[in-house]
Amino acid sequence: MDNAFFTKSVARNIFFGGSVFFFLLFLVLTFDTTRKLPKTDFRENLTPAVVSGKHIWETNNCIGCHTLLGEGAYFAPELGNVYTRRGEAFIKVWMKAMPTDAPGRRQMPQFNLTEQQLDDLVAFLKWTSEIDTQGWPPNIEG
Amino acid sequence: MQYQSQLVAKPYFIAAIGLFIAQIIFGLIIGTQYVIGDFLFPEIPFNVARMVHTNLLIVWLLFGFMGAAYYLVPEESERELYSPKLAIITFWVFLITGALTIVGYLAVPYATLAAMTGNDLLPTMGREFLEQPLITKVGIALVVLSLLYNVTMTTLMGRKTSITIILLMGLWGLAFFWLFAFYNPVNLVLDKYYWWWVVHLWVEGVWELIMAALLAFILIKVTGVDREVIDKWMYVIIALALITGIIGTGHHYYWIGTPSYWQWWGSIFSALEPIPFFVMTLFAFSMVNRRRRDHPNKIATLWALGTAVTAFVGAGVWGFMHTLAPVNYYTHGSQITSAHGHLAFYGAYVMVVLAIISYAMPIMRGRVANSPQAQLWETWAFWLMTISMVVITLLLTGAGVMQVWLQRIGDTPLSFMATQDELATFYWLRLVGGGVFFIGLIAYVISFFIKGDVVLVSVDGETKDEKVHIPLEDEIKAVEKQVVAKEKDKREEEHATAEEENKPEVALASTEFSVDEKSQKER
Repeated sequence: MDNAFFTKSVARNIFFGGSVFFFLLFLVLTFDTTRKLPKTDFRENLTPAVVSGKHIWETNNCIGCHTLLGEGAYFAPELGNVYTRRGEAFIKVWMKAMPTDAPGRRQMPQFNLTEQQLDDLVAFLKWTSEIDTQGWPPNIEG
Repeated sequence: MQYQSQLVAKPYFIAAIGLFIAQIIFGLIIGTQYVIGDFLFPEIPFNVARMVHTNLLIVWLLFGFMGAAYYLVPEESERELYSPKLAIITFWVFLITGALTIVGYLAVPYATLAAMTGNDLLPTMGREFLEQPLITKVGIALVVLSLLYNVTMTTLMGRKTSITIILLMGLWGLAFFWLFAFYNPVNLVLDKYYWWWVVHLWVEGVWELIMAALLAFILIKVTGVDREVIDKWMYVIIALALITGIIGTGHHYYWIGTPSYWQWWGSIFSALEPIPFFVMTLFAFSMVNRRRRDHPNKIATLWALGTAVTAFVGAGVWGFMHTLAPVNYYTHGSQITSAHGHLAFYGAYVMVVLAIISYAMPIMRGRVANSPQAQLWETWAFWLMTISMVVITLLLTGAGVMQVWLQRIGDTPLSFMATQDELATFYWLRLVGGGVFFIGLIAYVISFFIKGDVVLVSVDGETKDEKVHIPLEDEIKAVEKQVVAKEKDKREEEHATAEEENKPEVALASTEFSVDEKSQKER
């Protein structure tokens, strides 16, 4: 086996060498990304309200129906840009009016959020809408 | 079965199939909610049913991988499992944790579950696929660590093969990247960045090592092709998978607030991601064509071929379709993603787990293969499930293309919900596809209960079907020992020949991977 051109051990070495090399490259890119992120995520605007809003977003499993920056379920509208699409007042009224109980229509549960929680959630969605996403989504509809 | 302790795999496989059934039932529920929006509302809202659907998939695949590891490692290491008792305890811990989690999802509102389970201590919940309460996440980590301890000890104390090394690397990688499930920074961009270290580096990274190892093991068993040849293919496949797949993570970093250079890195490397799956297809067919025996377990071979092809189509082709940044700009987060997700998961991971179950389960039940009648049922199940999943994928792709067109391209884009109304026909047909898939799954389960004619294997390895019942365990052992001995002989023989002749092996591009048995003898 040792004298052949493309042996199992050559294949194995390509596997180990290649994996390690590209994982290290990935780490380098990750390091560079981490350095550059403050310019695109505007972390200086991460207020306690935004942090609390993210927690409310998570603990109500919003991602189970919606997408956020295109990730999540595809059952309900994209919310990464909902703040620009609908605005604060609409979001809060909408959340309070759920469910619509319109027969046969997709239903959003009533999450019974307090006024404070709604404000925090909106703050989170506002911050999210300001992330520099390289121009995505293509239009306001998400 | 060569080692008694391999039997611990059996409850893992049974649990996997049970949870698979539940997963599909919840799939049918959410498929229905796509067209009858208020179906089961408010009892089971979509987000809950969807979470159950995806979490059950992950958990049952993990059950499958674990069962496969417990079955495969003793056989490869040529010794009993380090601790069968630990494997059984781990099984119950995992099953109970999993079941309680699902009950929790269904019984109380998600926010209540989060509060009950200490999510405020370390918030990890509420992210796609990582919805599990903290306790469940810790439970999964412990269960995997227990498995790793058990199989690593077994391997260290026994024979070390390429297959076990790669399987163990895959499982250790699975455990390592799971740790990122516990990292949830308040900055959404960072959160998403490292979320993919679990999701992408699992399914397009370390899980592919597990898949390749399982496929290699099954192919060695059912084709009798020399281990050296199969190992080499396996290394080529996983080398290509990780070389393309690690930087390929970049195809998730286009639009989440990360620098724009990821559009280049992601596009270029992930465009190459279909290659390992293509090689895997070549591998499976080439090994089966060059088989040295006709294993009576035809259906296990079919699953092995099926997983290679469907993974190539689902993960490779359907992944490529929307992986280039300029395309992904329009398709990101649409039904195209859903289409790709369905066929990729089914092809790569569902089918490889069903392949190992199909190979190992009859042996654990005391026969080398199921009766032809049972295999016929399973073959029907194979085609019903596979074809319906392909149809589901085509329909979701159609829905996705139309969605992109109506909602994202054009001067007067429709709103999300208005677009969804236009897609109803696709969703109805998809639901029918789901129904057919479920029928296939029922046929699969029934196949386990079909008795039929006993498959006998004579000691010379030829099979014949006879309607006589005799205990087969000894016979199987005899045959398997013979095969092992043959493999060993062949290895030595080939080793000797290779040294003698000083002949280089044929390179990758050629159809022949190494000097085959016949030509050696002729020489």
